[in-house]
Amino acid sequence: MALKGKIHSTESFGAADGPGIRFIVFFKGCNMRCKYCHNPDTWYGGEFKEIDADELINTALRYKSYWGENGGITASGGEPLLQIDFLTEFFKKAKQKGIHTTLDTAGQPFNNSPQFLEKFDELMKYCDLVMLDIKEMNNTRHKELTGQSNENILQMAKYLSKIGKPMWIRYVLVPDNSDFDEDLASLNGFLKTLDNVKKVEILPYHTLGVFKWENLGLEYKLKDVLPPSDEKIKNAKEILGI
Amino acid sequence: MLDFKQWNGFKGEHWREEINTRDFIQNNYTPYFGDESFLAGPTEATTKLWDELQDLQKQERAKGGVLDMDTDIVSGITSHEPGYLDKDLEKIVGLQTDKPLKRAFMPYGGIRMAEEALKTYGYTPNPQLHKIFTQYHKTHNQGVFDAYTPEMRLARKNKIITGLPDTYGRGRIVGDYRRIALYGIDTLMEAKKYDLAHCGNGKMRDDVIRRREEIAMQINALAEIKEMALSYGFDISEPAKNAAEACQWLYFGYLAAIKTQNGAAMSVGRISTFLDIYIQRDLDNGTLTEQQAQELIDHMVMKFRMVKFARIPSYNELFSGDPVWATLSVAGKGDDGRSMVTKNDFRFLHTLENMGPSPEPNLTVLYTNKLPEGFKKYAATISISTSSIQYENDDVMRPVWGDDYSICCCVSATQTGKEMQFFGARANLAKCLLYAINGGFDATSKMQVGPKYTPITSEYLDFDEVMKKYDDMMSWLASIYVHTLNLIHYMHDKYNYEAAEMALIDSNVRRTFATGIAGFSHVVDSLSAIKYAKVKTIRDENGVVVDFETIGDFPRYGNDDDRADEIAIWLLNTFLQKIKQCHTYRDSEPTTSILTITSNVVYGKATSSMPDGRKAGEPLAPGANPSYGAEQNGLLASLNSVAKLPYEWALDGISNTQTIHPDALGHDDNERRDNLVNVLDGYFVKGAHHLNVNVFGKEKLIDAMEHPEKPEYANFTIRVSGYAVKFIDLTKEQQLDVISRTCHSSM
Repeated sequence: MALKGKIHSTESFGAADGPGIRFIVFFKGCNMRCKYCHNPDTWYGGEFKEIDADELINTALRYKSYWGENGGITASGGEPLLQIDFLTEFFKKAKQKGIHTTLDTAGQPFNNSPQFLEKFDELMKYCDLVMLDIKEMNNTRHKELTGQSNENILQMAKYLSKIGKPMWIRYVLVPDNSDFDEDLASLNGFLKTLDNVKKVEILPYHTLGVFKWENLGLEYKLKDVLPPSDEKIKNAKEILGI
Repeated sequence: MLDFKQWNGFKGEHWREEINTRDFIQNNYTPYFGDESFLAGPTEATTKLWDELQDLQKQERAKGGVLDMDTDIVSGITSHEPGYLDKDLEKIVGLQTDKPLKRAFMPYGGIRMAEEALKTYGYTPNPQLHKIFTQYHKTHNQGVFDAYTPEMRLARKNKIITGLPDTYGRGRIVGDYRRIALYGIDTLMEAKKYDLAHCGNGKMRDDVIRRREEIAMQINALAEIKEMALSYGFDISEPAKNAAEACQWLYFGYLAAIKTQNGAAMSVGRISTFLDIYIQRDLDNGTLTEQQAQELIDHMVMKFRMVKFARIPSYNELFSGDPVWATLSVAGKGDDGRSMVTKNDFRFLHTLENMGPSPEPNLTVLYTNKLPEGFKKYAATISISTSSIQYENDDVMRPVWGDDYSICCCVSATQTGKEMQFFGARANLAKCLLYAINGGFDATSKMQVGPKYTPITSEYLDFDEVMKKYDDMMSWLASIYVHTLNLIHYMHDKYNYEAAEMALIDSNVRRTFATGIAGFSHVVDSLSAIKYAKVKTIRDENGVVVDFETIGDFPRYGNDDDRADEIAIWLLNTFLQKIKQCHTYRDSEPTTSILTITSNVVYGKATSSMPDGRKAGEPLAPGANPSYGAEQNGLLASLNSVAKLPYEWALDGISNTQTIHPDALGHDDNERRDNLVNVLDGYFVKGAHHLNVNVFGKEKLIDAMEHPEKPEYANFTIRVSGYAVKFIDLTKEQQLDVISRTCHSSM
């Protein structure tokens, strides 16, 4: 029987999640509890479908004509790495069809155990680009913001650097939560130690997902936080040299 | 073979032997493959003129939408003394009346409407003209209502056939205005005189008599165009000798059209490549600079932005925001495979930068993925910053209409100079489905409108039974619809003939008969609901079905789901077949369309609840758009559904309007531009016909609705079904409708 993925939803038109226009597959489930998550509906429970890789690929291919030279598929979520076996099969089949594959991950499931690395190496064979979210460099603040440590996330970045995998680093700029100059400087220092970082993106915090928290009956803790000012964004970009 | 000194340097032969603008273009244009860096900004004169015009537009808005109206002169080609915006600054001259934005009195379509328009804005109709056009001269509208059958009146009143051109000019006829520049009036008159002399073989049948009379009227119109030009100080007997003259000559032709016809659509046609030939010759000769070339185009476009007609309130409800569809088409490819993009195609789009966004002219890019990359990127950039451009698929239109077609209305193609269209508004297929269920009884008006077929009496709707009855009711609708249009166009030809435009079209004209569909997505989703879910009828005390309860989920059009999309394809084909079975006036070729302009709001008001969940009175989705809220899988899934509709079954056009939030299109300007190009490439490669592209967020619309006085919203332009409009000029109802539509945003 074909492996099935637990898929929250798909989006035919993703133009802000990887190069070009992409078919986005939102995987269900995530261990992080980021206070600003805009897809909390992918965390647990709720609706999802069990879909096999062929079906997902066939759906994705309906949009091939829009991809031009650099589009393709992006596995997002949720946290796709929590379903690494299915994810690998999905990407493997995508590569057989010549589709560009991007993994959009927060890196939390990553660890240096041989068991995990074996699977991860296999996945990386079929993954063209990793978009890795780094939420905070200060681990205390990271834990406060996401409920998880950032150690394995940073390890993943180093590992990707070691194996020469092209990566984009994405950083969500949340006023008073992740916009500290010293942490941004520390991030910049860390990124300089990495090879193959092709792009660093600042994602200004937005409130478009707040309604989902309300729909799920969850308390939104950043209620009083406004999106960052243009000045703050500019400042962050300067520190990161972008 | 003709020869003029003004043609010095031009190549090719056929166009010298016959009136053949296309051949001239193909032999002489210079394709351009570069980017926009050559473009020039506005001149001082342009900025000053544009400021003056904006000031007038502000006054117009302050006065309730109309600046000034003519009450005493019946508009004609030579009816008015020359008028100017600012005589010393204008490089292109000519106004519809003696003053800018002053609306002409045009009674031939219907004296009642012409007078109603005056009264609406506080003007008093001239009693003498009233007498002339009621006692001595009949008008189109009167002719139509004299001949209408009771059944037609009933169908019209109940808006199952709707938006009919019986109270306004049919429009959609594009004269080949380029001919005046290329040949001069005298040569065109000689050609028409030849046609008159050779019309018929001496046997005076009614069709021959009519043709002879029409050609004679065309010859008179040409003489009048010459006279009008002379009043502005230009002798247009001979060909234009340079770019400035070519622009001016061409514009005089268009001006004659808008002085004599107030058609719903008064398109300019495909003029950019043609004019580029003259500009390029002058640039090469060193007699014109790029800045001067841009100034000519800016001033010409300013004139297209000034076209105004006196309209009545019911017209404004149908076509909101004072549109005239001065549609101007650019780009496209030639039959020989060469790109027809010239520098001038850039210049026309550049007017949106030099003078800011504007709904008119209705700028249309004839798109194919083979257009030069530089041009595609520039068009996308302008789309993103102005939301003022629409795109139509050259690869599906060129095989049907050749490589010199124009867009003659919102989205419909026509062969320039060779064809005219009988515009036919729409049949409301959503209402027709309800008639099928209720045996021709209208649940909104409580009248028996359609034939009294056996209604459906079961509590739950059975798909096969509904389909059988729908087929019968659609046959009735197609036939009364075509009959009504035949009658309308007979009267329009008789009482409101478009002599000025037809003078610039071949005498042996091809005629198409453009019908249309309203309520498309609601029928598709309703049939899908009946097929895949359970639809319970809710009846009033007389057993008439007035509402539905739909239990369970069903596939909806707009999600790239073949189960729903196949119903859409079936619906289009079935309706077209039924139209084709009817006799069409003057042996015209029947076509159909799925486009509704902003009339979806009015049509929706007259349509009761549908099985797809749309409630009575709510707007129908515009054009071929999926219904509100139906799109669950994002923009591309929606586009894929629409792209499945075969253009060859809807040669009059399949209009699709999409709004994309800038954040959803990419992180920066370059990403957005490249992604939009990819969307267009991907969509049109699938054979889709048309796309209106809006790039803004809902928040901007809401703010503009609440604060229309903010200066940044004065020219805030959005694309609606088939045209562009200043958002603040829409009625509140239509603003709310636009806001409620899907905006593709990112999460």
